[in-house]
Amino acid sequence: MVKQRIVVGAHYGLKDWIAQRATAVYMAAYTIIFALCAFSLRELNYQEWSSLFSHGLFRFLSFLFFLSLFYHAWIGIRDIWMDYIKPTGVRLALHLVTLFLLVGYAGWAAQILWRL
Amino acid sequence: MSEVTVRKQRPKHLAINQIRLPLPGIVSILHRVSGAGLFLLLPFLLYLLDRSLGSPETFETFAAVVDNWFIKLVLFGLLWAYLHHFCAGIRFLMLDMHKGVDLEPARKSSKIVLVVSITLTLIIGVVLW
Repeated sequence: MVKQRIVVGAHYGLKDWIAQRATAVYMAAYTIIFALCAFSLRELNYQEWSSLFSHGLFRFLSFLFFLSLFYHAWIGIRDIWMDYIKPTGVRLALHLVTLFLLVGYAGWAAQILWRL
Repeated sequence: MSEVTVRKQRPKHLAINQIRLPLPGIVSILHRVSGAGLFLLLPFLLYLLDRSLGSPETFETFAAVVDNWFIKLVLFGLLWAYLHHFCAGIRFLMLDMHKGVDLEPARKSSKIVLVVSITLTLIIGVVLW
């Protein structure tokens, strides 16, 4: 087995591969935290629900979750286009649409969380 | 030389209706399908979060929207998609770390992923319904 491999190249693939997994681990941890918090609410009403999200740390963790989600989705959806869409022009267009949507969602998520 | 290898004709068998996908393969394609589904419905989920956190009035809108049986069914599907993606994702992270890569453990873990995600969907789905 090769113990020490000299890593060469531009690392486009490796960087995304690691980012997809790092964001996945964070989202998994956040999911557990969110589930515990949500199920410990006394009842599901506006007061309880919004006070959970207006807590500073929870808001921060939630925003980080959304950023992780959008980055993770970008890599995943891009892989889907790369696998199934062969014409370069169409693929490029789909990449751009995906990217624009996800950047837009990030702005939307920030607005939802900081309006409280 | 590289051109020769690129152009080499390999036998292909892609009769989709004849291929019997093994369990790990089913988990894998469902991981992709669930991820795509979650991505497609992201704007709807963000809209629901937006309504639920806007004000007591918009929360009422949110409650009315999710009270619809069809919407509930869609959310039930998305809950499964999330939980399957979650469980299968943990399995893939384990495989990345060379845990359970042999045939038997890989089959077993894919069975666990399917069972756990469906069970959790039913439990959480029933609690929230």
